[in-house]
Amino acid sequence: MSAVIDSHHDDHHHGPAKGISRWLYTTNHKDIGSMYLWFSLIMLFIGGAMAMVIRAELFEPGSQIVSPEFYNQMVTNHGLIMVFGVIMPAFVGFANWMIPMQIGAPDMALPRLNNLSFWILPVAFGILLSTFFMEGGAPNFGWTFYAPLSTEYAPPTVTFFIFSVHIMGASSIMGSINVITTILNMRAPGMTLMKMPLFVWSWFITAYLLIAVMPVLAGAVTMMLMDIHAGTSFFKAGGGGDPVLFQHIFWFFGHPEVYIMILPAFGIVSHIIETFSRKPIFGYSSMVYAIASIALLSFVVWAHHMFTVGMPIAGELFFMYSTMLIAIPTGVKVFNWLSTMFKGSLTFETPMLFAIAFVALFTIGGLSGIMLAIAPADFQYHDTYFVVAHFHYVLVPGALFSLLAGAYYWIPKWTGKMYDETLGKVHFWMSFLSVNLTFFPMHFVGLAGMPRRIPDYAMQFADWNMMVSVGAFLFGISQLLFLFIVLKCIYNGKEATNEVWEGAKNKGFEWTVDSPAPYHTFSSPPSLESLKTSS
Amino acid sequence: MFRAIKYSLSLLAALTANFSFGAWSDLNMSPGVTQLSQEIFGLHMTVFYVCLAIGIAVLLAMAFILFKYRKKEGVKPADFDDSTALEITWTVLFALILVVLAVPATSVMIKAYDNEEGDINILITGHQWKWQYEYIEDEVGFFSNLSTSLDKRNNLAPKDKNYLLEVDEPLVIPTNTRIRFLITANDVIHSWWVPDFAIKQDAIPGFVNTGWTYVNEPGVFRGQCTELCGAYHGFMPIVVKAVSPDEYSAFINEKKEAKIQQALLTEKLWTVNELMEIGEATYQKNCVACHQVGGQGIPPVFPALVGSEIVMRNKARQIEILMEGVQGAAMASYSEQLTEVEIAAVITYTRQAWGNADSGDGKIVIPKEILDYKTNKL
Repeated sequence: MSAVIDSHHDDHHHGPAKGISRWLYTTNHKDIGSMYLWFSLIMLFIGGAMAMVIRAELFEPGSQIVSPEFYNQMVTNHGLIMVFGVIMPAFVGFANWMIPMQIGAPDMALPRLNNLSFWILPVAFGILLSTFFMEGGAPNFGWTFYAPLSTEYAPPTVTFFIFSVHIMGASSIMGSINVITTILNMRAPGMTLMKMPLFVWSWFITAYLLIAVMPVLAGAVTMMLMDIHAGTSFFKAGGGGDPVLFQHIFWFFGHPEVYIMILPAFGIVSHIIETFSRKPIFGYSSMVYAIASIALLSFVVWAHHMFTVGMPIAGELFFMYSTMLIAIPTGVKVFNWLSTMFKGSLTFETPMLFAIAFVALFTIGGLSGIMLAIAPADFQYHDTYFVVAHFHYVLVPGALFSLLAGAYYWIPKWTGKMYDETLGKVHFWMSFLSVNLTFFPMHFVGLAGMPRRIPDYAMQFADWNMMVSVGAFLFGISQLLFLFIVLKCIYNGKEATNEVWEGAKNKGFEWTVDSPAPYHTFSSPPSLESLKTSS
Repeated sequence: MFRAIKYSLSLLAALTANFSFGAWSDLNMSPGVTQLSQEIFGLHMTVFYVCLAIGIAVLLAMAFILFKYRKKEGVKPADFDDSTALEITWTVLFALILVVLAVPATSVMIKAYDNEEGDINILITGHQWKWQYEYIEDEVGFFSNLSTSLDKRNNLAPKDKNYLLEVDEPLVIPTNTRIRFLITANDVIHSWWVPDFAIKQDAIPGFVNTGWTYVNEPGVFRGQCTELCGAYHGFMPIVVKAVSPDEYSAFINEKKEAKIQQALLTEKLWTVNELMEIGEATYQKNCVACHQVGGQGIPPVFPALVGSEIVMRNKARQIEILMEGVQGAAMASYSEQLTEVEIAAVITYTRQAWGNADSGDGKIVIPKEILDYKTNKL
């Protein structure tokens, strides 16, 4: 070990390279983490702008600003960008920044792979977005791209879409290999698996999910490619193929994908709640087991997205029961968070506000998930706005709020500066109110019978839709405030202390290094004992 | 912070003041009109109340904790981090709640999956973007298209109660009869949903799914396609009219009579104007969604008819396209969807309209030619 450190001795004081080459060639986990985070923030505004177009079109009944053809392109790309371009890269950004710092490692295990897995992402999204300027328009078959709408009946740009999905998949697989290798090999001495911070645990499990299902997605799009260009009939009923097979393959990827977007959120929120409760997390080991059981269950529930395709009743019942089981580990997590706050000493800085809102609103999304799991009732809920309300509750005040919480929580460590607490709280309250104004009424229009993915709707849905649109515009504006807060923090923030938060004492290695974290941290591994005894 | 909440709430109140919130039916699922739909509604309400109770309990507990344990001077936080007994208790509690929900759900599920034959069997086929209904025993059928005008959709005319939920020809079914629906699709996946019957079944090419219903009282029931099926997914509603068995037999007899009359029409001598009139109506109903009102299409997916070489100079190929569809493209075969008269008329119309007659050969097509095409194919 000491030989390795010696050989790098000369590099110790060298900082980042200058100019654009710093970012193009960097193998530094902090630089790459920052690039992932900036990339997802930019994509958030692109995908968000598409959501604004959708809500403007749905502001009132009747055609408003776009054609039905373009509306479908907006719906499709909003979904694809938010899932693959915002939530997933943002969590990878957090992983890059925080996993080495939380386990006391100097960097990720495979730094060049790390550089590559970031830099192919802008290429993938460049290809996807360029389809807007091509003949036939961008993909318009929904982010779930069911065949044959996405094969025989797709615009010619679908081939670019397939290529883009392949690149995104390659990026995710490389990122996951890196995360797993780092966690298994580079933990500080004494940090056994069951002593790892929960964010590290949540990413460890997420990375396995990614490695398991991203190849399945690649298989699905490759079969599409063959159907379109090589005359095969995987999904073509006319050639003896099976359109339902596509859905089985897609959701075998798609359901674990849903948890890929929420498990790291569980990790982030757990850290924030224990810090601002000034108490250790309640039920650490049951938190780990809960994440692991959610991940395992995610492989056996996929057909609950397909209750109306005409499965045999045994299939319907199996997928109903297995889906309901997920409520148990999820409930355990919510109760553990509440118990962590119980008898604590709570303060409500911006990260804590977002984390509390996460727990409350994720619970609402979880409960509507239980309703959707009930197969016979799902005949009425399926493909209505009730589903749209459900998955936006788990993805926006769920995953996105956890990202915002995490950004406020760690930005003083990343930049060495404090964000503006008052503005942060304004941002929280604007987001909190508008997110509910946007997504809560969707439950009502869904139950009343409004199908999803329609550019125009019947008169009885008009009032609620207008309210949803107003909420969405407010939510969109609120996120511009976030961008301002981040820039103000970087350029004009007050100096942050090394520990940053009063409650962060002894809560992890990241709080033992300087703020901002030096370009190279933990060149020699820190001791777990020092963390425990310094109190 | 509390001032921020107060301001936000008053903003919210100001916003909501402009809305006139309607009846309960705008907020909740319809109980529907069949025994199955009412049982599903009952199940939905049971699950909803259980979830509501859990939600309120969790949020109240959370509010209590947030208020009670906020940081106070000199009060030290507790430092417990585990309680196996407590964790086992609530895990068992969750499992018990789920069992309570699973029992009624299973029983309703078994009832919904009753696929016995019906007294009347109706084949439903989804097409981009209309529904086809065929009464299997009586060998009659028709297509059902959205009837809301483009003016209403483009805000040039006032919208009424059934905006986007009205069709030119509703599906007619008799009351007090077990009806089985056989559901499939001709192009992409659609989904046939009538909330009042609690039937939502995907219509999938190559598959036949089933659903059934038994309606007691006459009435009109409306639904929509619920699987994204392309640009006009939002514009293929479903209207079902339940009538007394007597009225139903009258309806079927009328359909059979019309079918015979239609066959005679191919023998008639046609004028260009008669064909143009029928052709324009057929075009408006079946073709505008893709080829557009002015025939300009949406290239490259939906080719233009204006100035098209086939439409101007290749009559035989145009008939073939209408009858067979185009392999690997969105163009479907219309030989079953339209009558011989309508096919001849719509071909004539496209060859005459938009200046195509002036730059092309301007040939018309008469219904007999379509009939001959069909006979020769046999």
